[in-house]
This record gives sequence, structure tokens and C-alpha cells, in this order.
Amino acid sequence: MSKRSPIYSRSQLTWLVILRVLIGWYFLYEGLAKIMAPNWSSYAYLRDSKGIFAPFFTMLTDHAFIMDVVNYINMYGLTAIGLCLILGCFVKYANIGAVVLLGLYYLSHPPLIDVHYLIRPEGSYLWVDKNLIMLGAVVLLMLFPTSKEVGLDRLIYRKKLSKNNKQK
Amino acid sequence: MSEKEDINQLNTENLPSSNGRREALKTLATIPVLGAMAYGVYQKKKKEHNNKLAGSIFNFEASPAVMDRQPDGKTIRLGLIGFGIRGSQLMQALGFATPVYVDNLKEQAKKDAQNTRYKDFLEQEDLNVEIKGVCDIFDVYAREAAFAGANVNKEGTNGKFDKSPVIYKHYKDLLAAKDIDAVIIATPDHWHGTMIIDAVNAGKHVYAEKPMTWTVPETYLVADAVRKSGMVFQLGHQGRQIEINHRAKEIIQKGLIGKVTLVEVSTNRNDPNGAWVYPIHPEANPSNIDWKQFEGNPERIKEYMDYMTSVGAAKYVGPDVRDKFSLERFFRWRCWWDYSTGLSGDLLTHEYDVMNHMLDLGIPASATSSGGVYYFKDGRTVPDVLQTTFEFPDKEMSLLYTATLASQYNRPRKIMGTDATIELGSTLNVTIDRASQRYKDKIEKGIIKPGEPFYRYASGKSIDALSSATEMYFAERGLLFSYVEGKRYNTTFLHIREWLECIRQNKKPSCGIDQAFEEAMAAHMGTRAYLEGRTMYWDADKQVITRG
Repeated sequence: MSKRSPIYSRSQLTWLVILRVLIGWYFLYEGLAKIMAPNWSSYAYLRDSKGIFAPFFTMLTDHAFIMDVVNYINMYGLTAIGLCLILGCFVKYANIGAVVLLGLYYLSHPPLIDVHYLIRPEGSYLWVDKNLIMLGAVVLLMLFPTSKEVGLDRLIYRKKLSKNNKQK
Repeated sequence: MSEKEDINQLNTENLPSSNGRREALKTLATIPVLGAMAYGVYQKKKKEHNNKLAGSIFNFEASPAVMDRQPDGKTIRLGLIGFGIRGSQLMQALGFATPVYVDNLKEQAKKDAQNTRYKDFLEQEDLNVEIKGVCDIFDVYAREAAFAGANVNKEGTNGKFDKSPVIYKHYKDLLAAKDIDAVIIATPDHWHGTMIIDAVNAGKHVYAEKPMTWTVPETYLVADAVRKSGMVFQLGHQGRQIEINHRAKEIIQKGLIGKVTLVEVSTNRNDPNGAWVYPIHPEANPSNIDWKQFEGNPERIKEYMDYMTSVGAAKYVGPDVRDKFSLERFFRWRCWWDYSTGLSGDLLTHEYDVMNHMLDLGIPASATSSGGVYYFKDGRTVPDVLQTTFEFPDKEMSLLYTATLASQYNRPRKIMGTDATIELGSTLNVTIDRASQRYKDKIEKGIIKPGEPFYRYASGKSIDALSSATEMYFAERGLLFSYVEGKRYNTTFLHIREWLECIRQNKKPSCGIDQAFEEAMAAHMGTRAYLEGRTMYWDADKQVITRG
């Protein structure tokens, strides 16, 4: 991110922030729902993986320790990313986390021709699904950052910027 | 955003107070969103809590299905009569398999890492038994049984084996052996009764395959002999060990599904093996099969012939004469009434026993049957499609059994009550009835959606209506719980284990002589109703089947 914040029109900024908050909401509730569900595990989802990366994802389920790590990352990773996007703090890192997770979800459940999942997706997809679209949206948010305009990053980076300015 | 504002952001040292407020506003603008989420989550949790209270009525602690094992119990010395398909399965459940079978398991595990059958077999709990004697009237099977009995280390063809059990040519010699405490009988139906009687009279505990008997008269003799002997008797209805059946029984007994008026059970198969067209062993011939012994006990045969001729069912006898050697009749004996009890004895009995366990049915007041040989026109006399209706006026309910061997459409057992219906497949599902009085309140409040599965139970885990769709879906396929539970049990293993523990602890097994007598009479009523083409009745006072 450049030191100088980008200049958006009011409506551009508004809608970029809304998009960030909406994606944040989605991540936060996905995380909270998993934390609140008793004995939630990604086991079933991973077992249902298809496509060329399926062996990797099913392999994860063979090891209890790895399953614990994967579950932990999903529960608290999603929650943390959601909080960051909504509050606008450390959004740069939250975005990277979001892209990685969405990428993994897409690769484990690619909407290929003639591939059927036990857990049916709520929609009709061919090669492109909502995970991929959301991934695109997050990449867009990375290129059009807003948290230094609206969000806690304004405070966090202001201090950094002031420091830099002083040094100059 | 104007350039001025942007400059403000970069130049934050000397902000006027209005800019400070704007600054704070921009920094904290999205925080109210978290408040909205917190409110939403709170509302959702509140609703779920109410639903959970409603669902919790089914989440009670059920009594354990598996019997405790006596520590340091004595070793039980076993004899096996019959090492055909079922006999070899029973031996495997005991922990003994032929080396060829073990090789096969190893091969499967090598090919498919997900296939855990070999591992499961190795890890299966040791039942502390010895196979001392085996008997099969087909020499090849007898030798294989001896191999299995000697394979104490569960090894393949290159393994080390223990001393081979004695091979007995005649089952009576096996029963006379002093070093055998208990026997497992897995012979064709027409031998069950005779062998059970001879075994208990010889002082052996007995585990016998279902159905208990082939003829009605012998049913009384078996019951008498077993009761008098005091030996521990278990009939092979391993459905008694299925955990979800125990939970279903408790749900019914607690009155949670209301008054039960109709039960539907079924059999669906669609392959030659399922229709008893078993493979004929390539080495089998008159020189290595004791056909004389296969024919049966003359007393039983007389009972059978007397009945068939007296009720006009002689057309179902044969068509071959009994003393004519036939490989087909030897290996596919289930296809002929001359040795078999057909669908009634082979498969209806399993269903009947499951329901007898849950609903304490006893013997039905009447039975009506219909069906025919509609698909496997291979010369068989027993039907491949059968419907039997049992009536229980004292319990104010009917039980309907329907079967076809030419479609394997999966139908769960259904127990229909006034307040809810239980479906028993690989999982237990409870669906609340729209017209239920018991759940009227909760239906009106929207806590229960009638017509949709409200409660599920699988492999020791309760799943209520608010579990995730994923969890429910996987539970139905039994996938989720292979991970959560870690270990899966074979029900036949549990059933034999219970029998052995009852011998050690001098207790009554779950499918003992009382339950077996009820099973046998119910099946005979169904069979007779089919053979005679009319309703059969049970005279409870005289304990006899009548024709009304």
C-alpha cells in the first residue's frame, strides 16, 4: 500500500466500505457459527473434497492433530478476518488470510462438470462459484483499500504516518 | 473524497476540534455493525435454546446396548456345526478366519487405504474362546473350518497355525466330545431344531442361526428341551445388538411417539446371491458330500410331509425326490421348502425380532400372507415376493412385512404413532405428526416443524433439528462417526459376545428361548398362511396355530 491514501469519490468510498463490511460480516458469522456449534469439525467437508487436490484435503482428515489445527484455523481465523474487515483494522493482513481461505475452499470443492458433492451447494455453478467470486472481490479490496479512510487503520496508520512525517 | 480531506489525514498534528470529531467518526464508523451482529446472534441463540429444550426430550441417556465383560472369565471351548456362508461369518466374528480370507483382507487393504476391514479384524476384541471341533458334511468346508479354527494368530497362507480342531464327520460325534462346552449351529433350516435339541441334551450351550425351527411340531420340542436343560441358548438375531434399536425402544416406551398402530418392515434385495442362488463349489461331488446326513432327521421330514399333504400343499414339496443327490439343492437349499423356511424364516424373522424387541409383540393373533415366485423362475418353490400381515388386537396394532428379491430400493423400518413416526435405517429419525396432540403447543409456536425429521440419532450421537445440514447428511451415511467414535462394531460379534458372557456369568441372553419361540411361531404362521392361502390364528390358551 502506498503511503498516500487513494482518492475516491464519496460514493466509491461508501460502496467499497460497504463491500468490505459485507464480506467481513460473512466471515465473522461463519466463524462464530462454527465456534458456537458443539463439536463442529471440518472433517465431513474435507472428506467430501473433489478435483485434483482432493487427495490432499482428504489426507488432512487422516490425522487427528492436523484436523484440530484445521478446525482451529477455520473457527478463529474466519472470526478474526471478519472482525478485521468490519472494524477496518489490519485489513491488509485480513485480506491475505481471506484470499488464502477462499482459495482453499474453492480448490477443495471446485464446481467441475460431473462432480457431485454430498453437501450440495445452494445454487448452480460451472467452474465459477461464490467462493471464487468472493475471492475476486477481496483481491479488489486489496487494490482499492479503504480502512485508512474508514476504519481503525486510520488511527493505527496515522500514528505510523505521523512518525514517518516527523522523521522527514 | 476531496483532496482537502486527504491532506487533513496526512497532516494530523494540528486538527481543529470539528476535524477531530470527523476523524473519530471515520475511524469508528463501522463499529455499530458489530452491535447489529451481536443482536442477531443473541436472537438466534435465544430461538435455538427454545428449540433445544424441545429437542432434548429425545436426548435422554439410553441404557447401554453392550454387555459388560467379566474380568478373567474362563476360556470357552467351542464346536462349530456348518461352515457355509453364515458359518464362516460367525467364525470371523469369533476371531477365526481361513488364511485365504486373511490374505484377501490384506489385499483389499493394500489396494484401498480407506478399507479398514483387515485392521478391524486384527483389532477385534479377543473373546477368549478355543475352537475344539468342527463339522460340515461337505469335506472341503470341514477342512476350511479346521484351518480357520487353527488360525489363532489371524495370519495369511504363510502364517503359523495352532493345533487344528478335530474334524467330526457327524454332528452327533461333535456333541459327544467332552472338550467342547458350547456349539454354534449354522446349518440349513431343516436341521436347526434337531441339532438344538441334541446339543442341549448333550449339555452344550447353543448359539443357533435363525429361524429356530423348520416345522411347527419341533418348535415345542426345542422350547421344552432348552428350558429343561438350563443351557444358555441364543438365537442369531444380531439386530438385538443394534444401538439405535435400543434407543428407538426407549423412545417408544416413554410414549414420545404416542400410540403405535402400524409398523412397516421390509426386505429388498436385487442380486442372485441375495435370492439364494449361491455359487456351487467346483470341487463338490457325491464323494465329498454326506448326502444322507443332508436329507435331514426322518422325524422332522415326516412332520413336514404330514403337514404339506394334509393341507393340500403337496405341490410345494420337491420337485426332486429327497434322496436324489443335487448340487443345486445342496448349495442353494434356501430355494426349496424341503429344507428351507423361505423369506419367512430367513428374513422376516430378523424384522419380526427387531420389532418384538422394541414393542414386546409376543406371538401375533393372526397372520395373512400372499406373494409368489415372480422373478427367479429357476425351479424354486419358495416365493421371491412375499407380503405378510400380522395382527395384534390386544396391542391394537398391525405389523406389515413386505419383501421382494428383485429390487433393492432401500426402505427404512417405520413405526407409526399418533404423535410421531420413527424411521429406522442406518440412523433413527423421528418425524412429528402434524396432528399430534402431545406436540401441539410446540408445533403452533413454530418450534417443531411437522413432517420434517425433528430428531436423529446415529452411532451414539443425538442430532436435533438445529444441527448443521452437513452433520445430518453425514450422519445418515454413517461417515461422520467413523471419525468421532473411532471404532465400529460388527453386530454379529456383539451378539456372540453376549452369548459367551451369559455362559460365563450365568445370565439370560437377549434372544433366548422365549423370544426364539415367539419368532418361530410368528414365522410359521406367516409361512402356513402363504402355503394354505388363508389366515392363520394363534390360540394363546392352547398355544397352538389354528385356522379360525
